[in-house]
Amino acid sequence: MDQHFSRSEMLPPLAPPITERGAVKWMRENLFSSPLNAILTLLGLAAIYALVAASLPWWLNSVWNAESLGQCRAIVAETAGEGATGACWAMIRERWHQFLFGFYPPDQWWRPILALGLLFVALAPVLFAGQKRNMAFLLGGIAVYLVVTLTLAETPAAAFALAVALVLGLTALSQVQPGRLLWFTAIYPALCFWLLWGGTVWAPIVAMAGFVLLYLVFRFAAPVIGLTPAAGAGIVAAVLWWLYLQGPVSGLLQGALPFGLRAINSDLFGGFLLAIVIGVTGIAFSLPIGILLALGRQSDMLIVKTLSVGFIEFVRGVPLITLLFTASLLLQYFLPPGTNFDIILRVIILVTFFAAAYLAEVIRGGLAALPRGQYEAADALGLDYWRAQRLIILPQALKVSIPAIVSTFIGLFKDTTLVAFVGLMDPLKGVTQIVRADIDWKGIYWEPYIFVGAIFFIICFGMSRYSMYLEKKLKTDHR
Amino acid sequence: MAEAAKMQVSDEVAIQITGMNKWYGQFHVLRDINMTVMRGERIVICGPSGSGKSTLIRCINRLEEHQQGQIIVDGTELTNDLKNIDKVRSEVGMVFQHFNLFPHLTILENLTLAPIWVRKVPKKEAEETAMYFLSKVKIPEQAHKYPGQLSGGQQQRVAIARSLCMKPRIMLFDEPTSALDPEMIKEVLDTMIQLAQEGMTMLCVTHEMGFAQAVANRVIFMDQGQIVEQNAPKEFFSNPQSERTKLFLSQILGH
Repeated sequence: MDQHFSRSEMLPPLAPPITERGAVKWMRENLFSSPLNAILTLLGLAAIYALVAASLPWWLNSVWNAESLGQCRAIVAETAGEGATGACWAMIRERWHQFLFGFYPPDQWWRPILALGLLFVALAPVLFAGQKRNMAFLLGGIAVYLVVTLTLAETPAAAFALAVALVLGLTALSQVQPGRLLWFTAIYPALCFWLLWGGTVWAPIVAMAGFVLLYLVFRFAAPVIGLTPAAGAGIVAAVLWWLYLQGPVSGLLQGALPFGLRAINSDLFGGFLLAIVIGVTGIAFSLPIGILLALGRQSDMLIVKTLSVGFIEFVRGVPLITLLFTASLLLQYFLPPGTNFDIILRVIILVTFFAAAYLAEVIRGGLAALPRGQYEAADALGLDYWRAQRLIILPQALKVSIPAIVSTFIGLFKDTTLVAFVGLMDPLKGVTQIVRADIDWKGIYWEPYIFVGAIFFIICFGMSRYSMYLEKKLKTDHR
Repeated sequence: MAEAAKMQVSDEVAIQITGMNKWYGQFHVLRDINMTVMRGERIVICGPSGSGKSTLIRCINRLEEHQQGQIIVDGTELTNDLKNIDKVRSEVGMVFQHFNLFPHLTILENLTLAPIWVRKVPKKEAEETAMYFLSKVKIPEQAHKYPGQLSGGQQQRVAIARSLCMKPRIMLFDEPTSALDPEMIKEVLDTMIQLAQEGMTMLCVTHEMGFAQAVANRVIFMDQGQIVEQNAPKEFFSNPQSERTKLFLSQILGH
């Protein structure tokens, strides 16, 4: 037999045969690939039909204009006949504001509305770092949202003008120097606190000055005593500032230059205002704490490692509700007498810790997924620990962990409804109960849950889509 | 081989290792290592796997810690003092078997990261240096791609350029061609030969005996954590002294 073979011409690529293309192929492969698969497909279609057939009349007979559940039912019976079912959205029409704001005074609604708009301004440089076009769309959208909603909420003219000017100014800044927008992100927490709770403007300013003090002490002590001791000295200085000078200084400034908003007590907060305040603060602070805990858990330093492991395992081992009860009942006993921590603040702290412990484990997984060579290459180039972490290790570890991190964030946001157990007015249980306590709406079940569920879904779905966008944007491995 | 003779070796000591021992737990990986490397020397270290050759060069920039003895690199002794370690690491470049480029950064960012953050070089200047070295390893057109888009040989040349951007005085190579397809080995070796001709002090763990004969002025053979034999490449290959060396050479050159 002749074993010799040599090809004189390479073959060109051809299109696949006709039976391997198009919708027919897709259906055969995905719906009817085998008898079992065909039966399951038909059963699935039947189940979907049954569900739609049962609930469609309820949706179609929806009533939007009524003053009570009884009236709703009368209208349904009148239009669709006796025994027909129908949704009673009239309740949402009358009570929507409680689902959004709780008992926040109506003439002050512009404050949470403005805080929400500015939240997205503050997020813009974080979400779309350096992408001017996306930022322009987002900020433009915020400007429109603010003009419409602030008008509807009958905002005082001065506040309206200031808010619009601020957003337009920041939009311009985002197009000229996008990086500078991060300064607004940095002061946003204080601004948001002041907008929501009101009181003197000096309290948040003096509190922010604590951070400036921390930075100054760190900056000037670092060359003399080294990085870690300088950071410690800075923290001590800042804590002393907040404990002993915060009150007198802001009081003094308020005396000299009185300026402030009407103070709103925490027990008036409710609905999605409450859920978003707790959720967003928890998300924003749990990520850095989670990163530090994950690094601490991998540390060579025994005490740092033990504390991190202890914290993570304790917090993960205890139900969130236990921590919430701790926040509402026990925390007061451990704090020095006379300190009165706001209940929402206490809940935020514990929700943050709870999420941080989960995030720490998620990020540890991301760190473990990195090949050892990345650490070695960073070391071999002479990068110190913090630079190696910041420039080489964390960007990759966090990227790998994005899906799990966002899951944790979504979980945290939905868990904010658990604050109902410590007497806060969450949108799901707290507000719904209040609505049903009204004799007009007694007995309404599906509608409030669907309404609240839909808003939760929109927010969580948005986070999920953003995370997928981010993953795609950061994909550089070209596998 | 004629080229090797042209390359100058100065009488200045670059690396001095005396009485060095290292253990992994109970396992004695490196045993009583003594060696002196002069500035401008090109040393090839070979030996069977598990002989400690990679561990030895990883001790020189302290990716591994030694437990006994002394290692002095460029006049700086390696101890637990982090300042000394950082100083040595910024003077000593290292190229790894698996390249270890940073996959989330472009080629240019890979090259400028350490000069900018460790040497505090202005960004523009760092980029110029990076482009100079990229041209030198013959892939300037890849500057804005990501490592994942390059072939293995190109990635390894980028890794060499990345080390060179720190202007090191000594280069360590840890089996730089072992993870490459045969077609790509040559392009990496060419780069290394060019570097050797420019007088870089090089320690290279490799099984490329052709490379050893072309550029090394000394070959070190290791087994069981010890230096078994060292000699000029000509004598090392033509007239090995120890039985262990003969066996090793017959196995790697035999086919």
